[in-house]
Formats: sequence, C-alpha cells, structure tokens
Amino acid sequence: MTSISEDSDKEKVRSVSVDLNNDASLVIDIPDALCERDKVKFTIHIKTTLSSFQKSEFSVPRQHEDFIWLHDTIVETEEYAGLIIPPAPPKPDFEGPREKMHKLGEGESSMTKEEYAKMKQELEAEYLAVFKKTVQVHEVFLQRLSSHPMFRKDRNFQIFLEYDQDLTVRRKNAKEMFGGFFKNMVKSADEVLISGVKEVDEFFEQEKIFLLDYSSKIKDATAKAEKMTRSHKNVADDYNHISGAMNSIAADNNTAFKKHLEKCAEVFEKLRKLEDRVASDQELKLTELLRYYTRDIQAAKDLLYRRARALADYENSNKTLDKARLKGKDIAQAEENQKQCLRKFDKLSESGKKELTSFKARRVVAFRKNLIEMTELEIKHAKNSMSLLQGSIEILNSN
Amino acid sequence: MSEEREPPPLPGAAQTVFPEPQDAEDLFVSAASAMESPEAACLSAEDISPSSNGPRDDDPDDLFAEATEEVSLDSPERQPILSDGPSPAITPVTPVMISPRVDVFDRSPDQDEDEEENRDTFDIQISVSDPEKVGDGMNAYMVYKVTTKTSLSIFSRDEVCVKRRFSDFLGLYSKLASKYMHMGYIVPPAPEKSIVGMTKVKVGKEDLSSVEFVEKRRSALERYLLRTVKHPALLKDPDVLQFLESSELPRAVSTQALSGAGILRMVNKAADAVNKMTIKMNESDAWFEEKQQQFENLDVQLRKLHASVESLVCHRKELSVNTASFAKSAAMLGNSEDHTALSRALSQLAEVEEKIDQLHQDQSYADFYLISELLGDYVRLITAVKGVFDQRMKAWAKWQDAQVMLQRKREAEAKLQYANKPDKLQQATDEIREWEGKVQQGERDFEQISKNIRREVGRFEKDRVKDFRVVIIKYLESLVHTQQQLIKYWEAFLPEAKAIA
Repeated sequence: MTSISEDSDKEKVRSVSVDLNNDASLVIDIPDALCERDKVKFTIHIKTTLSSFQKSEFSVPRQHEDFIWLHDTIVETEEYAGLIIPPAPPKPDFEGPREKMHKLGEGESSMTKEEYAKMKQELEAEYLAVFKKTVQVHEVFLQRLSSHPMFRKDRNFQIFLEYDQDLTVRRKNAKEMFGGFFKNMVKSADEVLISGVKEVDEFFEQEKIFLLDYSSKIKDATAKAEKMTRSHKNVADDYNHISGAMNSIAADNNTAFKKHLEKCAEVFEKLRKLEDRVASDQELKLTELLRYYTRDIQAAKDLLYRRARALADYENSNKTLDKARLKGKDIAQAEENQKQCLRKFDKLSESGKKELTSFKARRVVAFRKNLIEMTELEIKHAKNSMSLLQGSIEILNSN
Repeated sequence: MSEEREPPPLPGAAQTVFPEPQDAEDLFVSAASAMESPEAACLSAEDISPSSNGPRDDDPDDLFAEATEEVSLDSPERQPILSDGPSPAITPVTPVMISPRVDVFDRSPDQDEDEEENRDTFDIQISVSDPEKVGDGMNAYMVYKVTTKTSLSIFSRDEVCVKRRFSDFLGLYSKLASKYMHMGYIVPPAPEKSIVGMTKVKVGKEDLSSVEFVEKRRSALERYLLRTVKHPALLKDPDVLQFLESSELPRAVSTQALSGAGILRMVNKAADAVNKMTIKMNESDAWFEEKQQQFENLDVQLRKLHASVESLVCHRKELSVNTASFAKSAAMLGNSEDHTALSRALSQLAEVEEKIDQLHQDQSYADFYLISELLGDYVRLITAVKGVFDQRMKAWAKWQDAQVMLQRKREAEAKLQYANKPDKLQQATDEIREWEGKVQQGERDFEQISKNIRREVGRFEKDRVKDFRVVIIKYLESLVHTQQQLIKYWEAFLPEAKAIA
C-alpha cells in the first residue's frame, strides 16, 4: 500500500540503542519498507568485507516473522546461554492509523472538504510515525547482532541475511528441529527461581537485586510516558478543531474581523503542527527508549535466569554425585555430569558478567544520547512556538 | 423610582409582570436626565421589606433555591457543565491555589474608543470576591462580596461594598429582563444554576472540584455584573444601583423554580414558544431577516467552538495529570538506577516534568477562564439576542391584533348605525377611538423596538469584536509565557543530561 523511503535525517530517527554501525566489516540498515495489508516487508541492506559472505553489498526482503524466527533460533542455541539476547522487535502495530482511516471513511459525508483534507493529512502523519518506529526497532535488532562478536558469526544470522529466497520454508523446518528444547530456554525469566537461588557471587547478587527492581520501575515509566504522549496528541487534535471552528465563523463574517479570525485560525493550525511534533519527538526519544530498555532488561533477566538454572543443575549434580558415592554406583557418570554442570555454570558466569557490564555501559550511553536529543528538540519546538505566537500577536495587534 | 418597581407577583396571578410600555419609556427618558436622589431609592429599598435581612440561612425554601434548573422550553440556554462530574483523569491533588484571577475585561477608560453617550466617562470597576459559606448542610449557601469603585455621579459613594448571594444576582437579572427585554434591549443573562456544583459546596466537600466550582461561579458573577453595567441604560437602572449599593436586599424568592413566580415564568415561556410558532411575520425590513439568520448561524458555530475549547481544557488537565504521574515514575526509576550520574539525571528529569505539569495546569486555567468561559457567556448572550428579535415579533403581533380589533369595532359601529341604537353607538364610537389609540401605540412600539434592536445589535457586535480581539491576544500571551517557561526548564536540564558520564 505504502512505501516509505528513509530520508536524510535518518540518523536522528535511528537507534534508541547506541550507534552500532561502528564496525565497517558488517554494516546493516533498513532503507525501505513496504506495507501491504497485514504484512510489512522490510528491505535489508548489507555491506560487508567479511569473506563468509558471498557478495560485498546486497539487499534482501524480509518479513517481521523472519525476524522472530531468527530471534527464537538464537535464544534456543545453548552456546549463547551466557549472552544477553537482543530482544525481538515487536510486531508492527498499525491499529491506530487503521482505526483513523476507518473513521475517515465513515465520516466523510459529514465533514467539510477542509476537515476531510486535514484529517487525511493527520492520518498520513500518524502512519509515517508508526512506520518510522517499526523500521527503527527492526533495524536496531539486526545491528545488535551484527556488532556482537559472537552473534555476527551465527549461521542462522548469515542465512537470514543471505538466503535469496523466501525464508518461510526454512522457518518451518527449523521449528520442528528445536521442539521441546524451545520451551525450556524460551521461558521467561522465572523471578522466583532467580530470587530464590542462594547467590555466592557479590556481583551477581547486586545485579539480581538491581534488575528485579529496575524492570518493574521501567515498565511503569514506559506506561506513564505513553499516557503523557497520548495527552499531547489530544491537545494537538483540539487545536485542530478549534482552528476549523474559527474558520467557519470567519466565513460568515465579511468585515476586517474576518481577516482577524482567519489569522487566529491559522495560528491554531500551526500550533497544532508544533504540538504534534513535540508529541512524536517525545515518543521517539523518551517513550521508545523506555520501551526498548524494558525489553532489554527482560533479556538481561533471562540471562540471570539461565545462570540460576545452571547453578541449580550444578547443585543437583552435586547431590546426585553424593548419592552415587553413597550407593557406590554410577560414580564416574555422576562425576562427569557434575564436572559438566560446573563448567557450564562457570562459562555462564564469566560471559554473563561481561555482558551485564557492557549492558550497563550501553544503557547509560543510550539514555544520555536520547535525553540530550529530546531536550534539544523540546527547546527547539518551544522556541519555534514562541516566535510563532509572538509574531502572530504583533500582526493581530496591528490589525 | 422604587414606586415603579412592581412587587414580585403572587402565586396565581395571571397577568404578566411587564409594566406598560409608557412607563418603561418614562423610565428611560428620566434616566437620561439627571438622576434624582439615588439615595432615596436606596433608603426606601431598605425600608420596604421588613422581612429582608439580606442573606438568610433558615429559609426552608432555600432547599430549592439553587437546586433546580428552570425548565426551558425555548432554545436551551444550557451551558454544558464543565467537569463538575469530574472526568476520571482528574485526581484531586494537593489543593492548588486557584490561578490568580484572570481579567477578561479591560477596564481602562482609554481603551474605549466608542462614541456613545456616556462612554467617555465609563469609569466603573466591579469585583466579586471573597466567597464565604453561610450556614450548614442543605440550607447552606455562598455569599460574595461585591465591590464597586466608581467616579460616576449616579452612585452615592466612590466605593461601595455589599454582600450578595447567588439568588440575588438571579433576581437582578429577572427584574431587568422583565423591564427591558420587551423594549428590545439585550439584557445580559445571569450565570446558570448548578445542582451538582452547589450540592457539593453545601455538603461541605472541601476538595478541588468544589473550590474550582466556587471560583468559576465567582468569576461568572463578576463578568455578569460588568457586562450589565456596560449597557448604558442598565447602568442607570435603579435596581442595578440598589444591587450594587444597598447593604440589604429583599430576598429574591421569585427566582426559585418551584415558587409561584417560577411557575408563572414557565407558563410564560411555554406561551412564548407557542407564539413563536404561530406568528408569521411579514418582514418588510431585510436587515432584520439577515441579522436573524446571521445570529442563527453564529449560535451554531459558537457552540461548536465552545465545545472544542472545552475539550482542550479537559485534555490539557489530563496532560498535566499524566505528566505529574510520569514525573513520579521517573523519580522512582532514578532511585532504582545504580549508575550514579544517570540516576541523578533521571531525578532531575523528574523534577523538570513536575514543574512542567504545574505549567500545564496553569495553562488549562487560562484556557478555561480566558476563552472557554467567555465563549459560554457569548453562547448565552446570543440566546438573549435571539430573544430580543422574538420580542419584536410579539410587538408586531400585538400591533396587528390591535388593527384587527379596530377593524372589528368599526364594522360593529357601522352595523349599529344601521340599526339605530344611539346609546350603544356612543359606546362603539368610544371603543373605536380606544382601539385607534392602541393601533397607534402598537405601531409606535413596534418602530421603537425595531430602532432599539438596531442600536443594540450594533453595540453588541462592536463589543463582541472587541472582546474577542482582547481575549485572543491575552490567550496567546499566556501561551507565550508557557513556552518561555518550558524553554527555561529544558535549558536548565540540558547540562544535566550532558553530564551523564
């Protein structure tokens, strides 16, 4: 239905996460996306110097479901149990614009031509906003993978990038392979298990306390930010209606007052545009940031969970070994099992520590970047509003 | 002048309260000349009703005083009640000081460039303040202090303070309407009654919504008085003077909906509505036809605009609440954050958002008091204007009826002449003369009211344009102020955000 090409200010729109395209050996971006009915088709553009790829620059179309498949296969790969798996991008949600389009269709007969044109404009703007958001979040997902030393080498990741045909068939096969294993690993962090396990490592103890508390706080903050943004949009909407009402009063007046009213209507129209920008910038910089990190915190919790499970397994293997020694049976097997569990647990702890530390650094940088950008935009919009208003006051006064 | 004031009609009285046209004209004529003894008027008012002691708190009728809404059979003068049934988003926060009174009316005399008779000396300031609750429970009511500062000679003092309750205002309007509306004067309507709002106040709820209600009403009463005295004829009216100056006012019981007067009013309104449908006026004057149509359109458009502005007020309040709630959440997040610098920045963000939520709240008061309430006033004023056009129709009908009657009397006389009954003939001739007089009077009245309406409408349109211009500028200035504050707050926060390391 609609094709959106990213324009030159994509840098500004991009990444609630840090700029992840530092490494030129594998550069990924999503320059284009197509929306037809329910499905969104993203065009993935890859530039690489790695020899593992057949070509050095190419593009490939992918659906949202392909991203989910990739995420799930990575989660299920035991090798990555000690890593924070980048959260899967949420499904594109065009419910808002679709509803509006429906309303527009229904109310067409009862609206004036100007009102209709205005609503259509609004609708297109909203559509564009949703588009930008969903492209951004899918892009960040891929960039997190491409910039991570382990994930970038993942075979499925390569398939995702290179496979020149529809992935649907491959996805189905993969699902069957993983079956039951899937359930255990994908299960969301069991908070009870995490908090119940006795922690000997000070670092992980701190992280656990922090993550559990932080995740509920950030979820709450996200919800409140969403409400705030919605209110801004409502105010913008009202300015729109006020402008329309003033115009219809102006149409009936045929004196100098008419010009005055028309000017007022124009002011409100411009105010509306500004208020809309404030709302959408706030959403992009603040709400999206919080949303993303809510998901990322969840991924970090998942890591803790996997480690906690490994610890539980290790403790169980100890008990089994003791039992075997008592009985005098299967000692060697139990010893081997215990050694493996310990090895796994140590590996998870080691990589987990690294991951969590870099996670914090990443989070701090992302917050800093987005808070600065949001503040600068707020200031910019407020200054624009002020000069618009002051200019209008002058004109109206001189009338 | 008090002798011209008719006592409130007794229950069962079937006549209208309107004084005869001649008296009304005399009223006006004598008002234009030097006003004689306004003190006398005030003094006699104090003498008049021994039962009036200003506001009373044990009148059983008070139960209904502010409780019931009059049944309106005409075009509804309803002003949609604003968030008295509070929208769920509004949670009573710590009772905030209601915003400083927003001055809608520019009272400086140099602002008036009009050339009407007394306009150059229009120097009167009225304020309604200090609402006080009197009494308890369902018999309680609010009393407001009305302060008049003026150098006009018709007032006995430069500065007068009186205490008035809401029904006093309604009573004033009722009297003015009955005196002037049928002459074509646009009498500013008094603020509407509100069951919900007053009940809360009576019951003693000290929460934000009842505080807001009282402030809203106080502001509306002030605007009402200012608009009333802006009218050159009303300013000189003895009832207005008495209202502003007299320390005690006879209790306006006739404003209660279920009183005899109230019922009479309802009956009259019903009669009016029927008349409006049955009178088909031959409009010879295109100006009136055009104007009536214009006001019909304006009515619809203003209501629409008013509704949009009310929506804005509501959403802005929501924005304020949501911003405050986000601020709290951000503070909690900051507390939870273990990176020191980021934690500090988040706490700062929370503080900024808290200040911003207050900003939004203040702006919503400006939205409301500057624009929304003014639009509401004008919606009701337009109804008054339309009423005045209806009065003209009534005058026309009266004139026509007199002509019909005259014709009948003439025919009767002719018949009697033929039948040769001398005594009855004399009576018939007398009657003819009587009705000739009435026809002439009817025509005079009709022309007078037409003239008055033209003048009133001209004045109304000038005022409307002026009001709107002034208010819009004030409102835009309030928006400017908000943006200035926003810039200040965000610029203060920026270094904090940059300091995250």
